[in-house]
Amino acid sequence: MQHYDVVVLGAGPAGLGAAVEAHKNGARNVLVLERDRELGGILQQCIHNGFGLHFFSEDLTGPEYAERFIDELQELGIEFKLNTMVLELTEGKVVKAINTTEGYLEIPARAVVLAMGCRERTRGAIAIPGYRPAGVFNAGTAQRFLNMEGYMVGKRVVILGSGDIGLIMARRMTLEGAEVLAVAEIMPHSGGLTRNIVQCLEDYDIPLYLKHTVVDVQGRDRVTGVTIAEVDDRTQPIMGTEKHYDCDTLLLSVGLIPENELSRGAGVKIDPATNGPVVNEAMETSIEGIFACGNVVHVHDLADWVTEESQRAGKYAARYVQEQLVEEGKMFETRPGNGIGYIVPHYVRVSNLDEQLPLYMRVREVFEGKRLVVKADGEVIKRVKRRHMAPGEMEIVKIDSDKLRERPIAELAVSVEEE
Amino acid sequence: MYKPNQQEVTCIVCPVGCKLTVVRDEHEPEGYRVLGSQCKRGEHYGIKEVTNPTRMLPTTMAIKGAHLPRIPVRTAEPIPKAKIFDCMDAINRVELEAPIKIGEVVLENVAGTGVDVIATRSMERITEPLAVHGG
Repeated sequence: MQHYDVVVLGAGPAGLGAAVEAHKNGARNVLVLERDRELGGILQQCIHNGFGLHFFSEDLTGPEYAERFIDELQELGIEFKLNTMVLELTEGKVVKAINTTEGYLEIPARAVVLAMGCRERTRGAIAIPGYRPAGVFNAGTAQRFLNMEGYMVGKRVVILGSGDIGLIMARRMTLEGAEVLAVAEIMPHSGGLTRNIVQCLEDYDIPLYLKHTVVDVQGRDRVTGVTIAEVDDRTQPIMGTEKHYDCDTLLLSVGLIPENELSRGAGVKIDPATNGPVVNEAMETSIEGIFACGNVVHVHDLADWVTEESQRAGKYAARYVQEQLVEEGKMFETRPGNGIGYIVPHYVRVSNLDEQLPLYMRVREVFEGKRLVVKADGEVIKRVKRRHMAPGEMEIVKIDSDKLRERPIAELAVSVEEE
Repeated sequence: MYKPNQQEVTCIVCPVGCKLTVVRDEHEPEGYRVLGSQCKRGEHYGIKEVTNPTRMLPTTMAIKGAHLPRIPVRTAEPIPKAKIFDCMDAINRVELEAPIKIGEVVLENVAGTGVDVIATRSMERITEPLAVHGG
């Protein structure tokens, strides 16, 4: 049986970034397992531009961004298996998988990188009333149908949720000749990037109704109409504010859920705030030698940051198999303070840090003209001004590792404070 | 062309998303004054949006002989915003034949814009079902 140094589960931006970096850092046998028919993951259906602005300083589409990493993976001769479904991961790092040519496989690995990404929250998960006719799609599913399979999913469309996928699909459907009647968002602010609100909605005069939700879906075989209504501060619909649309399609862009069935099965500890594994500075989970990166850890808004995080996971996985990772030693916890929803990583072992420790976090609400303040056991070690912060835009604060080595730290807290 | 004296523009230069008001003003060197911007880049964006707004156009084209019926493409450069639907019409009339390489020009001078359309991924010619193994 073939043994591998590093087995990577998933070949989206996270898996590709981790595999390439593990190989470059000295891991000898790296294997990537992908359930889809090709490499690249969801990037292949994200045909819009806006990728790579940070990482490559270029404005690329999803497929272009993916192809750079796919080319690199292939140039390095990294092994991968397509159409291969991972069924189970054991605590002892045996990957159990299946495909149609080799049948059932048990692959022992010295290190595993979890890079399974996330999936879309469904209609059932948010309990929309009404019948269950054809014509209700998750926005990402519709995106795959339209951009890859060549199916137009509808002609008159209402979209629930103003996350980036919903906004991008509003433009895509419009360009392909559909009429997008409205985008309803239950929150008082959009979860999407400003550039998407401008270039996907305002450019095409598509109305965005904040503090609105879908209260009824009509039609038995196919959607014939959708009713939306304003909601109050407790997100309950307000009687008398209903707006009705005759339409054949409802697209849902109502959130993403990290896909952690395999992680849970292995016994990896999950953070309820992120729905992803608890990780340390090496992107290592609660199980030694099992690493995780990308949207399986926490949902990112830019693929560029997925890549950055995944390269770290790959690098540290390579160090782990070469026994260069310090598993013991000085460790501290990170704690989300006032206004912060979560921080990744959750734990930090100072000995393993390179020059800087990047902290990825999300704020709980929209803030204007505030500071992010980092405190080590109550003492301020970094302050950064932020003109504008929103839950839809991930914040990154980088701390010089020297500041964390000066003396033992028990807790590193980040909070939003007045300027 | 009708140009109102004043236009509202949401700035997309950075995540702040300033609400800009671009006012016609002959005393200004560029002919416009930008209100509500917090930076110089925002001012440039505001003036460009009211004088010559452009957009990158990413979409797909039909393709034969590949593993999928559509291949993603984009304009090589941003095109004038007003030409977006003309470009979509022209792009939707083309059917390509695999193989296609990433970056390959698949339509020249789309809708008279002077801008080419390029493929944004490679697609091989498929003669048999995709292999399971790689590497």
